[in-house]
Amino acid sequence: MMANKKHHKSWLKNEEAKSSRNRSYYGIKEGVVEMYWDKAHECMDRQQLKELQSRRLVETVRRVYHNVPYYRQRMQEMGLVPEDINGVEDLHKLPFTTKQDLRDNYPYGTFAVPLSEIVRIHASSGTTGKPTVVGYTRKDIITWSELMARTLVCGGTTRDSVIQIAYGYGLFTGGLGVHYGAERIGASVIPVSGGNTKRQIMIMKDFGTTVLACTPSYALHIAETMEEMGIKKEELKLQYGIFGAEPWSEGMRREIESKLQISAIDIYGLSEVIGPGVASECQYKCGLHIFEDHFIPEIVDPETGEVLPEGEEGELVITTITKEGLPVIRYRTRDISALNYEPCKCGRTHVRMKKVLGRTDDMIVVRGVNVFPSQIESILMEIGETEPHYLLVVDRVNNLDVLEVWVEVSNRLFSDEVRKLEELNRRITNEIQSTLGLSVKVKLVEPKTIERSEGKAKRVIDRRKL
Amino acid sequence: MIQISVFLENKKGKLAEVTKVLAEHNIDMCAISIADTTNFGILRIIVNNPEKALEVLREAGYTVNTTEVLAVEVPDRPGGLHRVLDILSKGDISVEYLYSFVRRPAERALILFKVDDLKAAKEILKRENVSVLTEDDVNGL
Repeated sequence: MMANKKHHKSWLKNEEAKSSRNRSYYGIKEGVVEMYWDKAHECMDRQQLKELQSRRLVETVRRVYHNVPYYRQRMQEMGLVPEDINGVEDLHKLPFTTKQDLRDNYPYGTFAVPLSEIVRIHASSGTTGKPTVVGYTRKDIITWSELMARTLVCGGTTRDSVIQIAYGYGLFTGGLGVHYGAERIGASVIPVSGGNTKRQIMIMKDFGTTVLACTPSYALHIAETMEEMGIKKEELKLQYGIFGAEPWSEGMRREIESKLQISAIDIYGLSEVIGPGVASECQYKCGLHIFEDHFIPEIVDPETGEVLPEGEEGELVITTITKEGLPVIRYRTRDISALNYEPCKCGRTHVRMKKVLGRTDDMIVVRGVNVFPSQIESILMEIGETEPHYLLVVDRVNNLDVLEVWVEVSNRLFSDEVRKLEELNRRITNEIQSTLGLSVKVKLVEPKTIERSEGKAKRVIDRRKL
Repeated sequence: MIQISVFLENKKGKLAEVTKVLAEHNIDMCAISIADTTNFGILRIIVNNPEKALEVLREAGYTVNTTEVLAVEVPDRPGGLHRVLDILSKGDISVEYLYSFVRRPAERALILFKVDDLKAAKEILKRENVSVLTEDDVNGL
C-alpha cells in the first residue's frame, strides 16, 4: 500500500507539470473557427497517442490490481496478472465492469485510493434506489477540468465568454463539471443551475450570456419561453450552446440553432467514467471526439461482449487511463454508438463516436436523470404489489421531458373509495419522485391496459421525437 | 349487504363493457353508482348474485372488490334521509358515500351507505328503529 501511494504521488506531480503547458489555440479555416484547448494532445499523432495510451493503460491496470480488491479478484479469476497487459492490444483480455459491479461495491468499494485522497464525491441514480457513487482525487478534478475545458472550447467557449450553466449542480456531475471547465478556460461563469426559466432568460439577457450549457430539451424550452415572453433572440448575445446529458436528434439541433441563432454542440459523458468531458463534438459536428489520451473506447457486441470491427455499431465500452479515484476498466456504458477513426477536418486526431443511438438496457434519460424501470418496480413492490404491472411513458411537452408512470390497479391495491385511490396515487407519486429526484405523473389504469409480450415485458414507451 | 366495486378508467365505452359482461351472465343490478375523477372511476353496484358477479368480472379481467355497505330504508318524504344522517352523525359515524336503489317499495326510499364503522352504525340504527335491510329483503323486492 505504501509503495503504491508513493508511486501515485510522483505520477500526480508529473501530470500537473504537463497540464500547465496547455495553450489554447484559435484560428479560422474555411470560415469555421478552429479552436483547441490542448492542441498538443487533441491533435496528437495517432502512433504517439497509442503509445501514450498503452503506457497509461499498463500503469492503470497495475494500480487497480494492487489497490482495488474487486479488480484483483476479477483478474485472478481470469488467470490474469498485471504483467499480462503490455499495451492497448491486450485490453480485450481484461474483464468488463458494469454498473452492477460498482453497485455491488457500494459506496466506495471500487475506489483505488484511500478516502483521504478523495476531494469530491458525486453520484448517479441506480436501479435499486441506491446511487452509484463516484470519487475524485485532487488530480482527477484537474483532469476533469482540463477535459471540460477542451469540451467547452470545442463548442466555442473562450476566456471572453460569459457562460450560463443551467445544468443541475449537486450530486449530478453536469453542473460542477461544466463549471470547473469554464473556470479553467477563464470564462465568466454564471452558476445559475437548472430551473426557473424566466429568471434564466432575464439573466441571459441582462448579463449578456454568450454560451448556454444545459440539456438540449431545456434549451428548447428556454427558446419557447422566450417566445411567450416576447423576447427576441436579437436581444440576447448568445452564440454557442453546449448540450448533453440526454439523447437528442439532428432535427432538434436544427430547431435549437434556428430558434436561438446559435451553434449547438453535443457533448458526452457519464459519471462512472468522469462525468461530462468524455467526448465532444467539434464545430464540424460530425461525431464526438473521445478524448483518447484519457479514455480508451471499444465497441462490443452487447450480447457476446466480443469486440466489433471498426465502424460497426454496438455497445460503447470505456476504460479510463488517467483517473485515480475511481478508475474503470472496460466499463459497459450501455450506450449504442460506433467509432470512426478517419481524420476529422478540425485537425483533432481523436476518434469520433457516433451520436448515441440508443441503449442496450431499458434505461431512459429524462431531463438528465437516469431512470430504470426496475426502480419503479421495487417501489411498487414496497407498496404491496407482488407482481406490479407498470409502464413508463416519456413524452416531450413544450420541449420538456415529461414522465408518466402507468400503474395497473390490482385487486390488492384497489379500494371502493376515491379518497383511498387518490391517496394511493399520491403515495406512489411521492415515492417515485423522492427516489428519482424527478417529478412524475402517476396514472392508475385498468388491468391488461399494459401490453404483455412474450418474455420480457415492455416497460418503456418513449414518445419523444428525437 | 355486499357491494361490488369495479375499477374503471375514465374513458368512453368503459362502462358499457362492464354492463355487457353482467348482462351476458344474466346478473340483475338493483342499485348503481359511479364515483369519478379526471382519470378513473369506481363503479359500485348491488346485484342479485354478488359471488357470480365477482367471478365473471374478474374473469373478464377487471379489478373488482367486494365491500360491505348498509342498505337503509327511509320514508320517502321531506326529512326522511336527514333523520338517518342525523342519527349517524350524532353517533360519530362518518359516511364515505351513499347512493340509492333503482327499485323500491312504494313510499319508501332505499339508501346505501358506506360508513367507517359498520358494526357501530348497525347498532345505532337498530336502537333508533331504522330498518337495515338484508340481501333477502332486497332480492324479494
